[in-house]
Amino acid sequence: MEALFAITLGIMTASGVYLLLRARIFPVVMGLTLISYAVNLFIFSMGRLATGVPAVIGKSAEYGDPLPQALVLTAIVIGFAMTAFVVVLALRSIGELRTDHVDGEEPRK
Amino acid sequence: MALALIIALPFLGIFLPLLLERFGRSACAFGAGLAPLTALILLLTKRADVFAGQTEIIHYEWLPQLGLNLSLRLDGLGFLFALLILGIGLLVILYARYYLSKKDPMGRFFGFFLLFMGAMLGVVLSENLLLMLMFWELTSLSSFLLIGYWNHRADARQGARMALAITGGGGLALLAGILLIGHIVGSFELTTVLASGDLIRANSLYPLTLILVLLGVFTKSAQFPFHFWLPQAMAAPTPVSAFLHSATMVKAGVFLLARLYPALAESEWWFYMVSVTGLATLLLGAVMALFQHDLKGLLAYSTISHLGLITLLFGLDSRLAAVAAIFHIINHATFKASLFMAAGIIDHETGTRDMRRINGMWKYMPHTAALAMVASLAMAGVPLLNGFLSKEMFFAETLDQHLLGSFYWTIPAAATLAGAFSVAYSLRFVHDVFFNGEPIDLPKYPPHEPARYMKIPVEILVLLCLLVGMLPAFTVGPLLAAAVSGTLNGNVPEYSLSIWHGFNLPLAMSFAALIGGILIYSLRKWAFRWYEGLPTVDSLEVFERVMGGLTLAARHVTCLLENGSLQRYIALMLLSTLVLVVFALTPLETLHGPVALTPLDGITVLGMAILALTSLLTVLFHRRRLTALIVLSVVGLMVALGFARYSAPDLALTQLSVEVVTIILLILALFFMPDRTPAESSSLRAFRDFVLAGGSGTMVALLAYTVLTRPYDSIASYFLENSVSGGGGKNVVNVILVDFRGFDTLGEIAVLAIAGVGIYALLKGLRLPHPVRDYGGRPWSVDRHPMVLDALARALLPMALLISAFIFLRGHNLPGGGFIAGLITAVALSLQYIAHGVSWAQARQPISYHALCGAGLLIAGLTGLGSWAFGYAFLTSSFGYFHLPLVGEFELATAMVFDLGVYLVVVGATLLILSNIGQVSQDDSNREVL
Repeated sequence: MEALFAITLGIMTASGVYLLLRARIFPVVMGLTLISYAVNLFIFSMGRLATGVPAVIGKSAEYGDPLPQALVLTAIVIGFAMTAFVVVLALRSIGELRTDHVDGEEPRK
Repeated sequence: MALALIIALPFLGIFLPLLLERFGRSACAFGAGLAPLTALILLLTKRADVFAGQTEIIHYEWLPQLGLNLSLRLDGLGFLFALLILGIGLLVILYARYYLSKKDPMGRFFGFFLLFMGAMLGVVLSENLLLMLMFWELTSLSSFLLIGYWNHRADARQGARMALAITGGGGLALLAGILLIGHIVGSFELTTVLASGDLIRANSLYPLTLILVLLGVFTKSAQFPFHFWLPQAMAAPTPVSAFLHSATMVKAGVFLLARLYPALAESEWWFYMVSVTGLATLLLGAVMALFQHDLKGLLAYSTISHLGLITLLFGLDSRLAAVAAIFHIINHATFKASLFMAAGIIDHETGTRDMRRINGMWKYMPHTAALAMVASLAMAGVPLLNGFLSKEMFFAETLDQHLLGSFYWTIPAAATLAGAFSVAYSLRFVHDVFFNGEPIDLPKYPPHEPARYMKIPVEILVLLCLLVGMLPAFTVGPLLAAAVSGTLNGNVPEYSLSIWHGFNLPLAMSFAALIGGILIYSLRKWAFRWYEGLPTVDSLEVFERVMGGLTLAARHVTCLLENGSLQRYIALMLLSTLVLVVFALTPLETLHGPVALTPLDGITVLGMAILALTSLLTVLFHRRRLTALIVLSVVGLMVALGFARYSAPDLALTQLSVEVVTIILLILALFFMPDRTPAESSSLRAFRDFVLAGGSGTMVALLAYTVLTRPYDSIASYFLENSVSGGGGKNVVNVILVDFRGFDTLGEIAVLAIAGVGIYALLKGLRLPHPVRDYGGRPWSVDRHPMVLDALARALLPMALLISAFIFLRGHNLPGGGFIAGLITAVALSLQYIAHGVSWAQARQPISYHALCGAGLLIAGLTGLGSWAFGYAFLTSSFGYFHLPLVGEFELATAMVFDLGVYLVVVGATLLILSNIGQVSQDDSNREVL
């Protein structure tokens, strides 16, 4: 299963990176979102993948690693704030520069 | 203290000429001379101690961690150089008073001059090598200013730039060399360095150190192949040449050879590099000097040749040769400074420096001619003049080495040849300028003797040439002895300073050189014809071309890397990251670790497959933005399910609610953007991105797989054991967030609040056009707020808030908590915006979201401070169990108050962001996005 998980992470990252390299802001933001999913899953998996062992005392005999979970929880929320900031920056640049190209100007023909 | 003052005085004195300039040129020159004169008197008071062989060292700490200290050293060598700098400097100041014309800004000239003088004194009197290097660089900078003094002239600017580039570049090499010396010895203080010669020579870094130091020396002292900057620097005013290019600046290089002699010399490396460079420079300079038509050009090449002679002497690597080198430094400074001054006088009075036009000056200025002739005879090494003495010592030393095996005779032979050429160019200087018929077409005619005081510095120097030449032991003897002792660390060899050593080989070489020189000069017509046949190389042009090429190459590289395309930057960053990961993973012998794989089950496979597929579909549909966004939201939901599957209920809840607000956010943003992405990537770019994406994905997969199949040890057990007893909560993730790592969380919600406020600021005043039609030209629906949603949203709000309160309250012991509850509240409130519109919702909103954010941060911060009131560390939590009738047993913890702060910030920031984007519409009267 670890192999399948790793491959899935790889596909998510690859998709995210490809979108990150596009020239328009919206695909870039979608790429960033995909990458942050992958990164969150990656950090989370550093506490190893196991089913039925939530880190709640008394619920099970063993517990998963709560530390990566706590890290990822705040990362998810901060990730939202970051995405929002990028999006708003993009809106502002569309308002000022009248283009959604990442370089702030339409490519020369 | 007096020692520090000697260096400081010229720097302090910079202001005097600038202030006194308005009172006339004499006052200005007087002001300039005051500080060096005081410094010279101070220096001379130290004479007795120095001649007695004492070394005075003063030490102030500056940056001892770096080994950089304000420590100064006065020994014989430093004394000799300081004397030359101050003595000749004073003479040059007097000379410059008459040389500079009324149009030249004299205050500025003397300001630069004193700056240079102070820097030069710093070089020769530093005990700390790093401190010396700082002064060394300062001499390069101030000489740039002095050479470029006539900044309206292109040749002055180019010459200055060339000198700075060459000597500055050498300075960098020297810095590296000195750092290596410090690395080997462990100190930058000269006393330690000079005593560690054996240590340095035994180190494997010795050759590199030596090469770097010698690069600094050779560039500064204009040694072949770095000699070409010196003739170009002749564009400087002649007083500058007399000072910098005879006595001081170019001598800084050979000074360093002398200074570091005990530390670096006495090795094969030293001998071959220093002596061969010196020999090549000696010959090249002597030959080239003969063919110059420019008066100062002749002197410049002659200086190069004499510097080569001094370098060669140091390279011969015997202590007697070092004595001869130091003696020649003194002699060369005196006769060359006086020759430069004489050349300046001739230039000043005739208006040209071309020796083909200046002829027969003997008739017009016999006094100057007599002085210049004596000085040039000293340069030629004629007996009874100082140049003869050191040249004799030089010839003797070339005979007294056996370093080239059976070809040892090449060095004395080359030395004699160079001597012959130096006789020839000295003869040319005398014959061409003062005799040889009548002057031709002079800009100023007829020339006459200069002002009386302009000749005084020349007279003094020429007198010194004569005195040293005839009575060496009584004049220069003690000074030379002290300087030699300082150079060789007290290890002074036997030598005799007398004019007559009997008939011996050196004397024969001197005569051979004299006769050879006369012969060469008499054959000058053929020699010049041969020289004209040589291909001409304009070093300035070559240099400018090389520099232009370098600038162009640098611009190309910059443009290549920094062409303004963010896509390229990201691609380059990704590429370097890839390379780093590959580099880091290479040492692993196998990717698969010892931990066995967990077996697959159907649900996992299905989930993973959907995750992978939807990711790929997002890319596939990315031109149709809305479709891609919907597919992307499926990815987010699958990630949430993944968290739930692998025992992270808190993460699943968070991801789920964040997913909702993220998609709302992106749909809002999409409203203002085109809903299609144009196909504009070239095939090549798409391929490049495909490779990069594939590479990144592969690396992440490999990295994850390698880690996951290896055993692991975590600090988790500490949190699991202490969660209930220390934090009073069973949900360890939540306890970590609000208790163990509460301070981190405080920082994170602060970031969230700042992002919210930042977005508010960015959107303030932004009005974007309201799109009317979609990509296909179809008009957007103008229906507002469908009724079903309206009714549902109203009913949902209290329920959602109730759930959010429930999730919040149970968060300490079961999955939930402030983050998740806050997001659920934010989703419920956003729904009201979507269902009813911004103005409707805004009108019913009790408090502003800014206030909510602020209040949340305040509550969280105050909870932390509260623990101070009870004498605990910041954010220490406390809890207790209480019993209420009807409700039963329940727990209260201060961490919950902190969590309330988190809750408020999350609600405030999320809605601040969403509601403000919803308001960005051009006509806000009746149309809203939400």
